[in-house]
Amino acid sequence: MSSDNVATEVLVLAEHTDGTLSKTTAELITAARILGEPAVVLLVRGGRGGRGEASGGSSDAAVDALCAQLGELGVVHVMLAQAPEFGSYLVTPVVQALAQLVRERKPAAVLLTASADGKEVAGRLAVLTGSGLLTDVTELRDDGAATQEIFAGSTIVTSRIITGTPIYAMRPNAITSQPAVPVQPEVRTVEVLLSASARASRILDSVVEPKGNRPELTEASVVVAGGRGVGRAEDFQLLEQLADQLGGAVGASRAATDGGLYPHQFQVGQTGKSVSPQLYIACGISGAIQHRAGMQTAKNIVVINSDSSSPIFDIADFGIVGDLHEVLPQTITALRERAGS
Amino acid sequence: MGKPLDLVVLVKQVPDSGADRVLRESDFTVDREASDSVVNEMDEYAIEEALRLKGEHGGTVTLLTMGPEQAVTSIRKALQMGADAAVHVTDMALAGSCAVKTSEVLAAALGTLQWDLVLCGAESTDGQLCVIPAMLAQRLDIAALTGARKLTIADADSTGERVGTIQRQTETGYQTIQASLPAVVSVWDTINEPHYPTFRDIMAAKSKPVSTLSLVDLGIDAAEVGFIGATSVVTSVVPRPPRGAGVVIDAGADAGAKLVEFLASRKLV
Ligand SMILES: Cc1cc2nc3c(=O)[nH]c(=O)nc-3n(C[C@H](O)[C@H](O)[C@H](O)COP(=O)(O)OP(=O)(O)OC[C@H]3O[C@@H](n4cnc5c(N)ncnc54)[C@H](O)[C@@H]3O)c2cc1C
Ligand SMILES: Nc1ncnc2c1ncn2[C@@H]1O[C@H](COP(=O)(O)O)[C@@H](O)[C@H]1O
Repeated sequence: MSSDNVATEVLVLAEHTDGTLSKTTAELITAARILGEPAVVLLVRGGRGGRGEASGGSSDAAVDALCAQLGELGVVHVMLAQAPEFGSYLVTPVVQALAQLVRERKPAAVLLTASADGKEVAGRLAVLTGSGLLTDVTELRDDGAATQEIFAGSTIVTSRIITGTPIYAMRPNAITSQPAVPVQPEVRTVEVLLSASARASRILDSVVEPKGNRPELTEASVVVAGGRGVGRAEDFQLLEQLADQLGGAVGASRAATDGGLYPHQFQVGQTGKSVSPQLYIACGISGAIQHRAGMQTAKNIVVINSDSSSPIFDIADFGIVGDLHEVLPQTITALRERAGS
Repeated sequence: MGKPLDLVVLVKQVPDSGADRVLRESDFTVDREASDSVVNEMDEYAIEEALRLKGEHGGTVTLLTMGPEQAVTSIRKALQMGADAAVHVTDMALAGSCAVKTSEVLAAALGTLQWDLVLCGAESTDGQLCVIPAMLAQRLDIAALTGARKLTIADADSTGERVGTIQRQTETGYQTIQASLPAVVSVWDTINEPHYPTFRDIMAAKSKPVSTLSLVDLGIDAAEVGFIGATSVVTSVVPRPPRGAGVVIDAGADAGAKLVEFLASRKLV
């Protein structure tokens, strides 16, 4: 253990793309402060040891930008490791680097984002370090107790990890990041040793499928979602129009994505995305438990559905019993008039 | 056809996600009597994919489940889709096992079988951890191809090496990932459309071999797993507080205007 280590150091795995930290990294830093002092682990593709754009890695400018963003979030301790494997192979290089840091620094806990990658890292790290883990954590207490929502969000479970170095994968958007006094971070470069298994699963390419100009579904403050009741793929344009007026994203139920009315990447629910916007407008969605699992934490829920017995009305703050093909155009007009007046 | 592929598919019995699910008051485990049990939906896609690969390459499909005795009903159901045999890891001491220990037991059970590829669902609808496939790859020290919406296995090259390639579904699109076999592959429901078993499949499933393994068979100490060996403990379980009752109106010519009024009252426009 290095001499400057404090007993309450909490390792936070930074998530970043193209020199920008993810919004969830700020949430992790806020959560880490509940348990102790965050020490952010920044793993960046680059030449081994030193920095290097030449090796196809991130530029010095990108690394500097990431450190500056961490400084804005009040992070004092940053551990930077660069290797060509990061971002070139699926999760295992990150797992090995974190396992090494857990061994060397004996932190009080490790926090990461409960994204697809983050959960896999958490699971593998638990195996490698002989630790317990909790995924999709929505709340963390200073005694290490963590809450999770299970069974499509219908049940709230509180647990404690009792083995090894507790690993928490935090659900995005569950914790509001708190502003901090900006600092100049102390960036320590660490040398990580990666074995051959770090290169087991090669990433050949990463494709971002076009989602238009609308905000990311999981980050949007307004989501207009459609189900089977929309009827035809063309009619999703009504939802897109309303979403654009409200600066929101468009989502869909599984019946809508399975039926080819809207692309699968926009599915909301248990097997799709979890959203927690300020406003969720459900149009022609019945409100099956698997759909509610992905949206019932929305602050305000508006429902447009022609069948007043649909279970979605049970969670509506404002519901309209009627045909969405009539109500949506009326709403679009009313909003336009309001903007014009 | 190249070298045959031996496939193991991990199948979990879960409470029906469409029904009300509850945790038992006494020990905070899933109350399996209170809800109907079904085959974890995502695992049906893994079985379908295994059968497709068997059709393409030849070989065998074996199902592997860890779960209580009653899980055998789900195993029989899953066998109807067309797998050849099943292995059921069951032991009283396994009740209450956490994901870390579940992966240890499943890895040990995989150690008793012959396979080139392990297929799993990407997540279980009760635990929803999405961690078991990655943990297994870690324990077995083999490659993981996780979160697949498309899978191809190339024929073996001259050295006998075989390569698997997936499209990994990501939050914003997909990644193409490649690894040499043996590997663990987990699949999402976008990968295929599971078929309904025919009458003949249903009848055939009744006589397919299902073998059982206990902790003793796997050489695992009972004190290491279940409630006593768990790496985390549940301290409380409460239902989500209900949302306050909202306003519901019947549509009329002014429904849109009323909706905008509501949005304005909540400062949403
Ligand atoms: C394991 C599992 C996982 C699942 N995961 C998900 C998931 O992630 N996300 C998800 O959404 N589903 C999921 N489902 C499916 C879920 O159970 C439902 O089948 C699905 O959500 C139904 O979608 P829907 O509400 O659009 O369709 P329906 O249930 O068919 O409802 C259509 C609604 O539209 C209304 N309607 C019809 N016409 C009009 C009109 N003109 N104007 C207004 N309203 C109209 C009807 O009254 C009805 O309420 C999952 C299921 C399983 C078993
Ligand atoms: N007890 C179990 N027995 C067999 N397979 C399991 C078990 N638990 C999880 N799995 C497999 O791991 C996948 C992911 O589960 P999870 O990590 O729990 O979300 C499931 O879809 C199954 O294929």
